[in-house]
Amino acid sequence: MSIAETEHKGASLEPHHEAHQKTHPSDWTYIKVALLLGALTALEVSTYYWENASTGALVAVLFPLMIIKFGVVVAYFMHLRYDNPLFRRVFVFGLMLAVVVYLVALTAMQFWTDGWSLI
Amino acid sequence: MADAVIHGPVAGEAEHDMASHATSTGISNEKLAMWVFLGSDCLLFGALISTYLLLRHRSISGPVELRDPAHIFDIPFTSVSSFVLLFSSLTMALAVGAIHRGDVRRCRTFLMTTALLGSVFIGGQVYEFTSFVKEGLGYTTNILGSSFYTLTGFHGVHVSVGIMFLMAMFVMSLRGKLGPDRAETVEIFGLYWHFVDIVWILIFTIVYLIP
Repeated sequence: MSIAETEHKGASLEPHHEAHQKTHPSDWTYIKVALLLGALTALEVSTYYWENASTGALVAVLFPLMIIKFGVVVAYFMHLRYDNPLFRRVFVFGLMLAVVVYLVALTAMQFWTDGWSLI
Repeated sequence: MADAVIHGPVAGEAEHDMASHATSTGISNEKLAMWVFLGSDCLLFGALISTYLLLRHRSISGPVELRDPAHIFDIPFTSVSSFVLLFSSLTMALAVGAIHRGDVRRCRTFLMTTALLGSVFIGGQVYEFTSFVKEGLGYTTNILGSSFYTLTGFHGVHVSVGIMFLMAMFVMSLRGKLGPDRAETVEIFGLYWHFVDIVWILIFTIVYLIP
């Protein structure tokens, strides 16, 4: 163990540690979140083995699962649930801008009438 | 001893706190910059995913069997890669938690684990690309190949850049330059790594599972 590392483990870390505890989830929370994400992913993968499943049914099952997984990672692993609201606003703005711009682009390119029906 | 004065927890904490709060927003500029970058990266991946969706069934060149994604993808293999990347997000979160608690050694272990898992994911992607090329689907075979390789390739580049940063932080940690006073650096990088994970969540569903 280096000198610097030894000193980093000093007692003066307590205030930072306490602040961290108030704003960040515990390791056990991270593990529970990962288990949830693993279960949701397993459910997603299981749809591959569904026989005669229509595209509509797959979309109805997979899209909500995808959105839930996305939200859980952003909220817990990326701490957006606990962090300053400004970070959430900045990220959500970029995300919503992307969703709106590319929904418009897909509509303009007749994706919903041509592309989607080809699936 | 001079190093201890510069990098020591007391001085480091004070510097960190001053840097975090001496801003017009009262929050860390570096962290805000990362969130702005991630918000803008949504637009990049949105463009690539939209392009793939538009072009995937419109190939007119190349063998007929290579024009349908459903006949090309190996879902069980890609599923394993998805679990690996998902698990790497957990180890990254644990690394951030460890450095905030001042446990440098544990943080270093989780950083290395995250880098290894990311490398396994990239190895899987290289294997997947190689097998597709062997089957005849090259980058210029048809627009399905072009849009697929561009989308997943950009994601792979993001993961590769992340692995390089992880290795850099691992070396910094070994040299004693990544202590709790630099916890925010690990946390900001963690945001990038988790973003790479959520992009894969979208790609795995939209590209692979809904062919």
